[in-house]
Amino acid sequence: MSFINLREKIVQVKIVYYGPGRGGKTTNLEYINRKFSKQIQSEMVSLKTHGDRTLFFDFLPFDMGQIKGYELKIQLYTVPGQVKYNATRKLVLKGVDGIVFVADAQEQMREKNIRSLNQLHENLLGYKESIFRIPLVLQYNKVDLRNQGIPILPTSVINKDLNSKLKVPYFEASALTGYNVPETLKKIISSTVVSIQKKLL
Amino acid sequence: MNYGVVSQEQLEKIDEILTEKLIKIGVDCVIIIDMAGNIITAKDNGTTKYDVYSFAALAAGNFATVDAMAKLVGEQEFSLLFHKGTDCNIHFSKIDDELLLISMFGREISLGFLRLNVVETIEQIKKLWARD
Repeated sequence: MSFINLREKIVQVKIVYYGPGRGGKTTNLEYINRKFSKQIQSEMVSLKTHGDRTLFFDFLPFDMGQIKGYELKIQLYTVPGQVKYNATRKLVLKGVDGIVFVADAQEQMREKNIRSLNQLHENLLGYKESIFRIPLVLQYNKVDLRNQGIPILPTSVINKDLNSKLKVPYFEASALTGYNVPETLKKIISSTVVSIQKKLL
Repeated sequence: MNYGVVSQEQLEKIDEILTEKLIKIGVDCVIIIDMAGNIITAKDNGTTKYDVYSFAALAAGNFATVDAMAKLVGEQEFSLLFHKGTDCNIHFSKIDDELLLISMFGREISLGFLRLNVVETIEQIKKLWARD
């Protein structure tokens, strides 16, 4: 749940990047951290293993400026993608306002994407949230690998796998080069802000 | 408890309690956060500046981890946590299921004295919620 400080006119919004392991969630945040350094006042926090994989979460606070007189502080989190860390994923999802699901568009990852999305659905139910209600944007990452001859799922296929029931906004992206990373972020921020406004009014 | 949106009046009273009970005895910085990592309020002594937003995210994660550990050993919860450093110490105490009080303090204050004041602070804040 977002937290609103009426006295200082600050709204804190929690957005979580969710998805299968090695899908590019941390890389999304790293790109945002580099690209929007002016809006980011503190260092990105990364709790990772020696092998550079996310152990607990990454955290990046992001200032969006003012909306209707309220200062918007976006808190970006990632979760660890590895299957065994579901307890940690659940913890990070607590109080989430908006989710970016980062799918790995490589053909060999097809099943892992579906499993991870199903688990997101279950984890949200644990907090009495619904994947059909919460602001959600899908990102089909690693499309740049197509140029290197690596089999990439066509967007129509991956969209049918993941988005046929959800029908939420989606982007092809390359977190490494930054292609559609800002667009994904803008979309989830706007959907989340609209959803919070609806809840308040 | 009016949680999610806290009224201006409630916040002002909480800040008064934090200043009176903790900042005045020499605590450097005190933060109230929720378990999702949002900051409800933060007060400092004017000389120390911490990155409270990152701190809140990490503290919520830390507390949740310790909570999971408590369950593993058959405890309902570990309701307080203490990290000791050379120049700075951190004390975490649960206000209720949703809120956490974090105090950062130096060598000048003893842990016992701080704990007494934290307990009183939490009682006063709880009374405030109950009344409203």
